[in-house]
Amino acid sequence: MTQVVSTTPGLFPLPDWAKDELSDLKGHQKTDLISGDESAEITDAYDRARREVLDVQTDAGLDRVVEGQLRWDDMIAHPLAVADSVDTRGIVRYYDNNNFYREPVVTGDLEATGDVAAELDAAAEHVDSGLQAVLPGPYSLADLATDEHYGDEAAFLDAIAAFLADEAGQFPDVETLFLLEPSLVENAPGDGADERASEAIDQVANAVDADVVAHTYWGAIEEKVYAHLMDADVDAIGFDLIADHEQTVYNVQEYGTKDSVALGLVDGQNTLVETPETIRERIDWFADQTTDYDTVYATANTELFYLPVNKFEAKLSALADAAELEEVQA
Amino acid sequence: MTGPREQFKPADHPNDHFLLTTVVGSYPKPKWHDRARELFEDEDADFGSDEWEEAKDDAARLITEEHERSGLDVVVDGEMRRNEMVEYFAERIDGYEFNGRVKVWGHNYYDKPSVTDEVEYDEEWLVSEYEFTSSVASRPVKVPITGPYTLANWAFNEVYEDEEALAYDLADLVNEEIEALVEAGARYIQIDEPALATTPDDHAIVGECLERIADEVPDDVRLGLHVCYGDYSRIYPEILDYPVHEFDLELANGDYEQLDVFKEHEFTKDFAMGVTDVHVAEVESVEEIKENIKKGLEVVPPERLTVSPDCGVKLLPREVAYGKMANMVQAAREIEEELDAGEIDLVAGPEASAD
Repeated sequence: MTQVVSTTPGLFPLPDWAKDELSDLKGHQKTDLISGDESAEITDAYDRARREVLDVQTDAGLDRVVEGQLRWDDMIAHPLAVADSVDTRGIVRYYDNNNFYREPVVTGDLEATGDVAAELDAAAEHVDSGLQAVLPGPYSLADLATDEHYGDEAAFLDAIAAFLADEAGQFPDVETLFLLEPSLVENAPGDGADERASEAIDQVANAVDADVVAHTYWGAIEEKVYAHLMDADVDAIGFDLIADHEQTVYNVQEYGTKDSVALGLVDGQNTLVETPETIRERIDWFADQTTDYDTVYATANTELFYLPVNKFEAKLSALADAAELEEVQA
Repeated sequence: MTGPREQFKPADHPNDHFLLTTVVGSYPKPKWHDRARELFEDEDADFGSDEWEEAKDDAARLITEEHERSGLDVVVDGEMRRNEMVEYFAERIDGYEFNGRVKVWGHNYYDKPSVTDEVEYDEEWLVSEYEFTSSVASRPVKVPITGPYTLANWAFNEVYEDEEALAYDLADLVNEEIEALVEAGARYIQIDEPALATTPDDHAIVGECLERIADEVPDDVRLGLHVCYGDYSRIYPEILDYPVHEFDLELANGDYEQLDVFKEHEFTKDFAMGVTDVHVAEVESVEEIKENIKKGLEVVPPERLTVSPDCGVKLLPREVAYGKMANMVQAAREIEEELDAGEIDLVAGPEASAD
């Protein structure tokens, strides 16, 4: 019997009051973004905002609850942006979106900061069960960053994987870890790099005692990259069914997938709210085309900060309700 | 010379050569104007729509005159009546709804609208703005208008099959507005398509949009296209086929690193080149701007060069914005004198491209 687990890839929009309060406290320039040593006032505002998004998820009835990543001004490049030996330079485009992050330039040996672990510690105080951690996948983080220290691509990816594994090693107990790997689709690794990307994911996944999902989005994974990704020791691979369901189904039919799967069923970049029934139909459709799963993680395809707050909340409810529908029918 | 350009040359222009000087559009709002908006939005304040309209008129008059004082050949009202380049239009088009702010970067947000129904023309967008500005201006007025591709791409599309279909419907509305502007006397219209820079592979969609926009626009109306902050090699030379007279491009910000892109194929339209960087809050010297203008002359001959800032200047302190315009105009006039005197060797134009 398939268990449907409702969740999200995190990176939520700030509540509107927090947008105002934090822009007053922090300012609007690139030098004003999160550095990891923010003032007590800023920390307090984020604490209140975190509490609010934890409550929103609990009230919606999601099976997994994320910290919200509200401090991640640089989106999934955040863990590097707050690390030592990293310069944050100009504002650069975040994939093909009308969004920007500070280019992190690695200038020395990377060391974990415990920044993400501290966020999870703060969240854990208010979450009884189902806490889910979110990190960039090593391939995507290396892709978003610039290396001025390690010298070659393989060594840099290795260093990023070790850095993320050390960050993950400091986490409190979590149920699930989502590793966000959009670059596997958006800037697919070539020969050799595809195998290394899979090994790097392995390295981070092995650092935690939790179910690990390697989540991809903005399209389907190239066939060869997918074949290598299947070698990674993760519990599920995540697919963006909004952007491309046909190639994804082909990949799974051709190469199989893990016993569990994460499906991006709700569009994180469009305000049109899917109904729980539509979400449920998409899960059934995917299982019909492929196989039965131990667990289907029903999730938004992308991060959710692209949405206004009201639609973001409606989408969380739709995901939670879709998982409930399944339980009733079972 | 391409397009109807001569009509913008002032009768008392001092030199034989004429480098058309203008701006992209937006300008810092006076502090009192921001205060007036706050009062208008405050339900408890004794400040109604009549007062707010008067404040907008006053600001538009003030900034139009500030543009004229700087010596610009073609002026704008600094977009004093507009809040933001997508929101302003989406508020006036049937089919859009607003749900709240979304992040662009850091703590910079905008109220990204959703298209929840087929878009339809409702109230006018810019005709009264143009009529007012031209009534207070002694110089010709340019009208910047956000293009359909950007209006589609910077919104959530809930109903159209794809963004392309939405962009084409919006292009028909832009065409309707431009016809009304032309009827009201507008002769210089600039379509702003910054979204093209983010998705350069869609240049054919923008081209089709422009065909719809330019449809039945009289020949004496100058159409320009503004694109900024992107990789031009991905859209050039394809954009030369667009039915516009002029391309207005940001280049100072990147220190003209992309200039060579435009030399590889003959630039067959008018070239409105950014000669001051709008993301640096220091006024470039006249000498520095003159060097930048000369870079434009490597691409097109003087009769096809327009001199303009990289982009809208609304994020700059007002005195810096003014300083950049004034120095830009002075630099253009000095280059014209040097051209008249034969002191500048021309390297672009038909002679350069003959090989």
